[in-house]
Amino acid sequence: MKILVPVKRVADPENANKVKVAPDGSRVTTDGLEWKINPFDEYAVEAALRLNENAKSAERLGETIVASIGGKDAAQTLRQTLAMGADRAVHILAEDDALDSFVVARALKAIVDKEQPDVVVMGKQAVDGDSNTAGQILGELLGWPVASFAASIETSDGGKSFIVGREVDTGVLKVKITAPCVITVDLRIVAPGSVKNGATPAEHAYGEGARYASLKGIMAAKKKPIDEQPLAGLGVDVTTTTKYTKFELPPARKGGAKFVADVNELVALLKSEAKVL
Amino acid sequence: MTDILVIAELLDGKARKTTHSAINLAKQIAAGTGGAFDVLAIGDGAKAAAADLAGFGARKVFATQIDGGYVAEKYASTIAALGKGYGVVTVTASTYGKDLAPHVAAKLGAGVASDISGVSVEGGTLTYKRQMYAGNVFGFVQLTTAIAVVSPRQAEFEPAQPSGGASPVEDYAAAAADAAAARIEFISLEQTAKSARPELSEAAVVVAGGRGLKSADGFTNVLGPLVDSLGGAMGASRAACDAGYIANDLQIGQTGKVVAPKLYIAVGISGAIQHLAGMKGSKVIVAINKDKEAPVAQVADYFLVADLFKAVPELTEAIKKARA
Repeated sequence: MKILVPVKRVADPENANKVKVAPDGSRVTTDGLEWKINPFDEYAVEAALRLNENAKSAERLGETIVASIGGKDAAQTLRQTLAMGADRAVHILAEDDALDSFVVARALKAIVDKEQPDVVVMGKQAVDGDSNTAGQILGELLGWPVASFAASIETSDGGKSFIVGREVDTGVLKVKITAPCVITVDLRIVAPGSVKNGATPAEHAYGEGARYASLKGIMAAKKKPIDEQPLAGLGVDVTTTTKYTKFELPPARKGGAKFVADVNELVALLKSEAKVL
Repeated sequence: MTDILVIAELLDGKARKTTHSAINLAKQIAAGTGGAFDVLAIGDGAKAAAADLAGFGARKVFATQIDGGYVAEKYASTIAALGKGYGVVTVTASTYGKDLAPHVAAKLGAGVASDISGVSVEGGTLTYKRQMYAGNVFGFVQLTTAIAVVSPRQAEFEPAQPSGGASPVEDYAAAAADAAAARIEFISLEQTAKSARPELSEAAVVVAGGRGLKSADGFTNVLGPLVDSLGGAMGASRAACDAGYIANDLQIGQTGKVVAPKLYIAVGISGAIQHLAGMKGSKVIVAINKDKEAPVAQVADYFLVADLFKAVPELTEAIKKARA
């Protein structure tokens, strides 16, 4: 099947506590932090690759296209996913500050209209804005059904449908969704047995997490095409719906943990000082 | 003046507590702008749930019965049809509301502020405060659209209490489902086994375990008695869930549950940034860890450097004694 995977680069989430705010509160600054692929998008790439391969025979079953909307350097993130095994990339050049979920969803719809994938597989949220909205909005704009928070995907009806296990607050909600459709993925989609495509033998054990790019993959990625075009060229409405008036760092916890000697001291302090017992 | 529509979240024919947090937000906006709020109970068992929600001061409570399990494609058109008469539509900030909100917003051409932790009103303009970057930045956002779709964090909006009175309850006819509804079908909801402990997002005390507990047995037999000695809820780090020690729905963090109890005890949790995002709003944080350099020290008020397999049973006994 043909799968489109939108990806975003974010300031290194392992160091999100080093994100700062400009002195006038007008913007978030991530100076000194490396760009990394949004973890959920990396999982989406992994899920798409698993859907599109026979892991035993290494046969490829369909095309996996990655797409990103962002500045020049988003190309590096795309290149990384090409090295993982995606076939080609679309890069929509845009200023990050000019984007919100709606602009992103409209741009992705333009890509979908052109590429006509069977499925869009994407991360459930980007860990910078933490909004968790773009996938569902895209589904609405396309008139496609959406299965969000996918922790498992199993193809059925010869690849025309999917049984998706959605990880929800109260447990696992299973749906059957038919292509063309949008699936947004959660953390556990990269567990060893989370994706079943009917081609990779059921007993095949994937490693935990997203795959690393092999050296061969990295070399091959250099030759894979990235189709670059400006956002303005898509002819989509670029009106945003959100206006951030200011940013603030959260008040620091008074911090400096008080180290206690033993359980008795801890209980005494919880009782007399913290007054929580 | 802003009128607000609250979308109740139903489970087994009852409104979940998350709904009461959304009502709290609605009340704040109504009070700040001189508007009123209505509630829509939608789903299986809507009528009974609507009756339960009639005592919270809503102008009206609507009920739309939809058979079968939840898929957004069967709900969003009805919510949008009713919602277009309001300035703000609020859903819950659970996986239910987070899934639903963008569907409704796209239909209404409305902006979304998800997972908000506060709201302010100035000259009739609403500004929402929300956490970004795993809780390391607060953003203050206004929506430039005529209608706003908002989800309030349960940990930041206390559940509204019944205020007496009886709002009139009306049936609201379901709109035609989306064409896309023909391509998505609810199969099942496998609920995690119910626990006698309080719900994680509502507990006054949360005791959470990490990989340091080493096994499912560690959660049951070492952490469990401490949890119960405090009448608290059990939580876990992502690492512990990934390792299969405990059910995924007890995961606390950026993409799991967000909690803000009076007392949070982190046992054998090093404190990854995505975990801290889910608990650093707690009033008092205690860490028990054998590594005093563990990043959880950045947010802990009290830190006991110890082997948890020795310290936790001791602490359980000491707490039982202290509370006796």
